[in-house]
Amino acid sequence: MGKRSNWSIPYVVFLVFFVVLPLVLVMVYAFQDSQGHFTFGNLAKFFTDKDALSTFAVSIEVALENTALCILLGYPAAWILANKQYNKSAVTIVLFIMPMWINALMRTLATAQLFTMLGITLGKGTLLFGMVYDYLPFMIYPIYNVLAKMDKSYAEAAVDLGATPWKAFWKVTVPLSMPGVTSGILMVFMPTVSTFAISEFLTNNKIKLFGTIIQENINSSMWNYGAALAFIMLIIIGITTLFDKDKEQAEGALI
Amino acid sequence: MGKFFARLYLWVLLILLYAPLVFIAVFSFTESKVLGSWEGFSTHLYRNLLTGQMQGNASLLAAVENTVLIALVAAAFSTLLGTVAAIGIHNLKGRKKKAVSFLNNIPMINPDIITGVSLFLLFVFLHISQGYVTVILAHITFCTPYVVLSVLPKLQQMNPNIYEAALDLGATPSQALWKVLVPELRPGMVSGFILAFTMSLDDFAVTFFTRGTIGLDTLSTYIYTDARKGGLTPELRPLMTLIFLVILILLVIINLRQDRLQKQNENR
Amino acid sequence: MDKIIEIKNLSKSFGDKKVLEDINLYIRRGEFLTLLGPSGCGKTTLLRMIAGFLQPDEGSILMEGKELAGIPPHERPLNTVFQRYALFPHLDVYDNIAFGLKLKKVPEDEIEKRVRRVLKLVAMSDYEDRDVDTLSGGQQQRIAIARAIVNQPKVLLLDEPLAALDLKMRKDMQTELKEMHKKLGITFIYVTHDQEEALTLSDTIVVLNEGRIQQIGTPVDIYNEPVNSFVADFIGESNILNGTMIRDRRVAFMGHEFDCVDEGFGEDVPVDVVVRPEDIYFTTEESKTQFTAKVKSCTFKGVHYEMFVDTDTGNELMIQDYDAYPVDSTVRLYIDPDDIQVMKKERTCNTLYGTVKDEETVTLLGADFPLKSGFEAGTEVKVEVPFEAVDLLDNLDDGVLDGEVHFILYKGDHYHLTIKTDAGDFLWVDTNDIWDKGDLVGIRLIADKGIKISRKDG
Repeated sequence: MGKRSNWSIPYVVFLVFFVVLPLVLVMVYAFQDSQGHFTFGNLAKFFTDKDALSTFAVSIEVALENTALCILLGYPAAWILANKQYNKSAVTIVLFIMPMWINALMRTLATAQLFTMLGITLGKGTLLFGMVYDYLPFMIYPIYNVLAKMDKSYAEAAVDLGATPWKAFWKVTVPLSMPGVTSGILMVFMPTVSTFAISEFLTNNKIKLFGTIIQENINSSMWNYGAALAFIMLIIIGITTLFDKDKEQAEGALI
Repeated sequence: MGKFFARLYLWVLLILLYAPLVFIAVFSFTESKVLGSWEGFSTHLYRNLLTGQMQGNASLLAAVENTVLIALVAAAFSTLLGTVAAIGIHNLKGRKKKAVSFLNNIPMINPDIITGVSLFLLFVFLHISQGYVTVILAHITFCTPYVVLSVLPKLQQMNPNIYEAALDLGATPSQALWKVLVPELRPGMVSGFILAFTMSLDDFAVTFFTRGTIGLDTLSTYIYTDARKGGLTPELRPLMTLIFLVILILLVIINLRQDRLQKQNENR
Repeated sequence: MDKIIEIKNLSKSFGDKKVLEDINLYIRRGEFLTLLGPSGCGKTTLLRMIAGFLQPDEGSILMEGKELAGIPPHERPLNTVFQRYALFPHLDVYDNIAFGLKLKKVPEDEIEKRVRRVLKLVAMSDYEDRDVDTLSGGQQQRIAIARAIVNQPKVLLLDEPLAALDLKMRKDMQTELKEMHKKLGITFIYVTHDQEEALTLSDTIVVLNEGRIQQIGTPVDIYNEPVNSFVADFIGESNILNGTMIRDRRVAFMGHEFDCVDEGFGEDVPVDVVVRPEDIYFTTEESKTQFTAKVKSCTFKGVHYEMFVDTDTGNELMIQDYDAYPVDSTVRLYIDPDDIQVMKKERTCNTLYGTVKDEETVTLLGADFPLKSGFEAGTEVKVEVPFEAVDLLDNLDDGVLDGEVHFILYKGDHYHLTIKTDAGDFLWVDTNDIWDKGDLVGIRLIADKGIKISRKDG
């Protein structure tokens, strides 16, 4: 029986080769110039490039706003969905989750076209709206998952102990659902920073996000600078994942 | 009263979420080249799409074919690799288990662009010419963790004695694997496969960076190039509508079945 | 004697933890043998080694004279009924039972005949097409048994098969198991932590604790003549008291002297005395009275009353009787010599080995205790610590060493505790304080309570 654990070896080898090694290469390229010599030049270039810095700032800003909007809109939706009193049908939940299964580019294009038809100028406003539209299901689903599995007797106990339903919600339900919220943040924040294509479509190329400049550099063969930008993003990912410990629990099976 | 507002809230959100999709679907029934101008009802675009007679770019169908092919191959390999890995991880203990689980989480945490760029650098570094193989390898990379996460719970729920019971009744280890373990894990493997398949279908960024310069297009990259060129191929509208419908029907069927199974269990 | 299984010098460790130590045991053909002990005593490990799911570290398991080590589980002529049944959820009842036979390529019609026969034996004839998860716990249990015995094993291993059933169901299944054993005539090895189940079912009981065999015997032997206080406490209810063997057939405990039937302990030897609660009798005659007591509580238990009394000498006793005596009344009591079970004490004090660190300190069990030894630093010493000289503290920081309450024995007027230190060593403590199993304690030694220190070799 002890040998059963060896079955993980092929996958570990695969992961090392296709996940760890590529990430190491990102770091290696980030600290090399085009001749392959060690340099801090790529990072220095980023911190002195006004355009890149402002793109970075805009990306973080949009991502923060998008995440906040998704929580504000998504949490009540998830709560209603998880509440048997308001929602008894699994189909409603499917309707909310389904957009996750449809190609994001397609959805974004459709949104952008709809804006154009309605005569709304593409810009920051449409970008945010489109982002929320793209990422809302990724916020609703993990929160819904945690809320649906949560034992209702916690809230009942709080009410029994003298809390008003509103207080019980804030003091018991919300804190207990935090794993779902952090999970949702993780599924919304980083992807927003790193999107490319989507922002281009939604703003008619007026606003660039961080993902776009990575893509532009890689595509114009500026690999080292592109890698340095990716490296900066890896560091942010590292920081955000520190806040998250219950990812697996909240994600569960997506079907 | 509360119930009314709760319902209303859900419906408003749903209408907003689905407006663009409905918009596309409506305009898939008119011939106009530009989205948004209605030129009378017509199923012409559907006919074009289904007969392959594109007005402009005929490679749309090739892109659809590529997308499905890549998704099928990647999902199949991911399911195999992920299931074997899950059994291994389940039997690991302590620090080793934590380490492998951590590794398994990395591709899920990484945004697409990081996965794409890092794999791009890997293939450049190793001088591997990019094309179908690299795209499929890349897709296996980000799909397998989801298979592992679908199969692991089945292993945890499984009575640990079941495998031993099979041995006890005279099964050799490999018979026990095929006659008991695999049937028990099948639901997890199936949902892992479906998950991997749809993840692969949806992907844009990773494909974009790993497809190389041989002109390989999936639906996503096709749309991207198409949109950057300015106009959208009108046949994309009926295609999106069809994909949308297929996925909707599939998900509703799967969930209604689960619902019914659950209710049956509760009634027992 | 026809021994079907013989276990010799068997030991097994998981990591640093010894789970079984030097097990020697034989099992007669056709008997119903029960491995009985508290959780973690090693009984399931022993069963799994017989089944072949675990390999022994040392020693051997012989079946009909043949070494079993190295034979994989699927080739061993024995079958197991698992704790939570382990029925295959993807197969129906028929296919579950036929699983083993199909693997052996038994002809289809023969399989059908045999499956029908065992289904009848377990009274589940109409269920062959049912899905296993539509069955109740008891029904699943029957199918699990049927699935094992259809292969006609020479030995059937049962791992707490009734633990998941409710009380009523458990009683019914006990009767059925007993009958099945008679009908089949094969050897049953049964694992349980339920002493009552063991007494009801078994021909032979093996009591295990801490990875060692404590006692092997028939249910009657084990109940009436437990060899140590662990067995006495574990099997049935009992009063366990400190006593002194005055001479052959005469023992003192609770401040009184009693006649008994035990001999050969020597004179004035400290012993443990066990008296079962149903063996303490009430009387009204003064001539019969051995001691008096005051009734503290009286609870009706269905057939009998359970009473706690304080004796005239301040010991607490549990008594079971068909008649109730009012609380606060004074009663006259006596015990028959036959019913007094005298046992050698496993130990009379803690014997520890350590080294002298300096004038004021001795290192024992990996910690520095403030003890004046009078020996030079570095001397290896033997330290005898009376049970009363170990002090247990609520606050871990106040102790020299940390430990956990591992086992509790009530001895009428005090508690005898087994403490497991963090390093896995054991200490035994007499105390009047009430602790619970699993409590974390700080440990101190009280120097002026008769701790004796001598040179190790001396």
